[in-house]
Amino acid sequence: MDNTLKKLPPKPVNYKTRTIHWLIAIASIVIIIWSFTGMDFSGIKATAGQIAGAIISGIFHPDWSYVWNGSGEDLISQLWETLCIAFLGTFISAVISLPFAFWAANTKHKKWYASRSGKLVLAVIRSFPEIVLALMFIKAVGPGSAAGVFALGFHSVGMLAKLFSEAIENLEIGANEAVIAAGGSKWNIVMFSTMPNLMPALISNTLYRFDVSVRSASILGLVGAGGIGYPLIIALQYRQWNRVGIILLGIVIMVILIDWISGWIRKKLV
Amino acid sequence: MSKNTDHKLTELPKKKFKLMNLVWLIVLVGGFFLSVNATNAHISVLLDPANFGQFTEIFVQMCHPDWSYAATAIPLLIETIKMAVLGTVIGSAVAFVYSLLIARNIIKNKAVTGILRFIMNIIRTIPDLLLGAIFVAVVGIGPVAGVMALSVFTFGVVVKLFYEAIETIDPGPIEALTAVGANKLQIIHFAVMPQIITYFISYVLYAFEINVRASTVLGYIGAGGIGLYLQQTLQVFSYDKTGMIIIVIIIVVVLIDYVSSKSREALMK
Amino acid sequence: MSEQPMIQLKNVTKIYGNGTVGLKNINLNINKGEFVVVVGLSGAGKSTLLRSINRLQDITEGDTIIDGKSITNAKGKNLRMIRRDIGMIFQSFNLVKRSSVLRNVLTGRVSYYPTWKTTFNLFTKEDKQKAYEALQRVGLADKVYTRADQLSGGQQQRVAIARVLTQNPKIILADEPTASLDPQTSRRVMRDLKMLNEEYGMTVLANLHSVDLAKEFGDRVIGVRAGEIVYDGKMSETSDAVFKDIYNGGNGKEADDE
Repeated sequence: MDNTLKKLPPKPVNYKTRTIHWLIAIASIVIIIWSFTGMDFSGIKATAGQIAGAIISGIFHPDWSYVWNGSGEDLISQLWETLCIAFLGTFISAVISLPFAFWAANTKHKKWYASRSGKLVLAVIRSFPEIVLALMFIKAVGPGSAAGVFALGFHSVGMLAKLFSEAIENLEIGANEAVIAAGGSKWNIVMFSTMPNLMPALISNTLYRFDVSVRSASILGLVGAGGIGYPLIIALQYRQWNRVGIILLGIVIMVILIDWISGWIRKKLV
Repeated sequence: MSKNTDHKLTELPKKKFKLMNLVWLIVLVGGFFLSVNATNAHISVLLDPANFGQFTEIFVQMCHPDWSYAATAIPLLIETIKMAVLGTVIGSAVAFVYSLLIARNIIKNKAVTGILRFIMNIIRTIPDLLLGAIFVAVVGIGPVAGVMALSVFTFGVVVKLFYEAIETIDPGPIEALTAVGANKLQIIHFAVMPQIITYFISYVLYAFEINVRASTVLGYIGAGGIGLYLQQTLQVFSYDKTGMIIIVIIIVVVLIDYVSSKSREALMK
Repeated sequence: MSEQPMIQLKNVTKIYGNGTVGLKNINLNINKGEFVVVVGLSGAGKSTLLRSINRLQDITEGDTIIDGKSITNAKGKNLRMIRRDIGMIFQSFNLVKRSSVLRNVLTGRVSYYPTWKTTFNLFTKEDKQKAYEALQRVGLADKVYTRADQLSGGQQQRVAIARVLTQNPKIILADEPTASLDPQTSRRVMRDLKMLNEEYGMTVLANLHSVDLAKEFGDRVIGVRAGEIVYDGKMSETSDAVFKDIYNGGNGKEADDE
């Protein structure tokens, strides 16, 4: 073995990648610093600490009388309404999403522009603010949970159809070919091969979307589209911190329960 | 068919009745009718000519956007993006440290990880706009409330993804560093960090995409950003201006989504 | 032997949480500069024995003494200082795959630095040179700036050996260093370990499941079966029958794996 050990050579540098890395780093830092400019942190209300304390104390001393009083305006009724909005909204969007998903899925034997245009439409639907949609439906059908249902039903299509189309893209085409080989029509392929293979993914994605919808449904009330959001914003405006506390607790428990149940079902599906 | 008894074929057995499938069907159908009842969202309500006409009319007006309004929207659009950036940066920074504290392959103390995870799971349940409404009540109307809401929301998004990524890393290097006699911070720096840093950046970009979307509507409830104009224009029924704002929002969101998802792809290569 | 043993295990017992006995009352002395191979079936307790020495696993009873210092109850900095004197080679190499070879080798030195220096990568020039020299010793100098995941298995294991060499320990524990390698690269890795033993005087304790490699490189053989030491002797005095006995459990029953 040679004992003449060489000196460590300097690290070889790739100037191109290095320059790019530096540029990205500098650009990120500049953007972050720029974002701080014009943010008036001194504009925070002097009472901020006090109110935050009041809300936290409200969470620990919730207004139990609000949980159930049979008037239909209590926590349980409002949470139930929220769940119903989410359920129906997801149901509607799942039905609408299917044809959209087949449109947007980038599968073989398809012109490139077909799936591209589908994906673009879905991207636009996704980006159309849910709240604005809710307000449009409020103008149409009046304030209340129906507007929330329709807003949720249409808005969710953007995300759900995207997930569906990805599931379609990931399908094995072997089963399709078996049906084709047996002389099946396009419709036969969908009924005997695509749908059975797709079902678990569709259910799983819909359940996942239901989780998200429950969260969305609980904010739709902020603009008057039904559900628990409305009493919350009222309680915040009237500074009823104990009521804010119980509503927050209610939302947290509802969301955790739904997440837990849908997670359990999804696990069983696999 | 052959009469050979050796090849006697048995009859098709009855399909097994699966009780659970029936239960699911009942839950689904029952849930559907219960929900329709509770929300009064009959399809007839929507298709009522008066209602549907109203809806299409708004939509048609939105499709004729008031282009001159675009210039007015720019300053608040910039504020929106600033809010999204700040919310992402602050929330991700906290999430980074927090994730290390709740990853069971880094912190072995189950009591610590358990309590911290419980807190995280509660924070994660609160939707973005709700956080916005709360922070508006706490710190007052303005973009600061929005930044705070987005920070908390980002924290929830990033922490979940990131700690799960930490827990799936190759434990070998951690063991090797332990055997070398490294302390906890050195183990994190040399064995954990190189394995997870690209994931972290990718999750931050993902959170940024969500935040840009969220920040555009936060203004509606007074938490800063372009959403304020949504509220103002809708209130005075000038849907052409609302349409303009929505177009601006969609362009920004789609653009940032595209750039961010492309960078995430490049990163994960 | 009057000299203080390098590794001393006194009545060491390891019982796992589920009641499985990993080690049963082990007493063992290993002297400075020895090249000891531990043989036995998989599951016999070879890995447990090695991992108990640097306390990657805690033992249930007994005491482990490294170069005169007990590691059994050492904590924090003390524990790390003892571990610094014990290098380890793993079956799965345990390199940080996304880091460069040089950085992987340098991690052998982190316990010599305060945390803040390692955080900013302030390794001294001497240590970098030391790392590079170690890489030259294992014949991988040209790979110094390559990312670890671009190397073959045998090369990765040799990087791990360079890491241990840079750590400059008194003891090397090698836990199945060749199990994931083909016969030829296995021999190369074992030669490198032997080089550390002979040229640097490091005490080597290696688990091997290959009898051929054990015979070729070991000075002393320890046979382990069901958590107990069933044989301990010089390689030159160990007959094939002894190996057969270790592997077949002493009752002539054939083992079903390896």
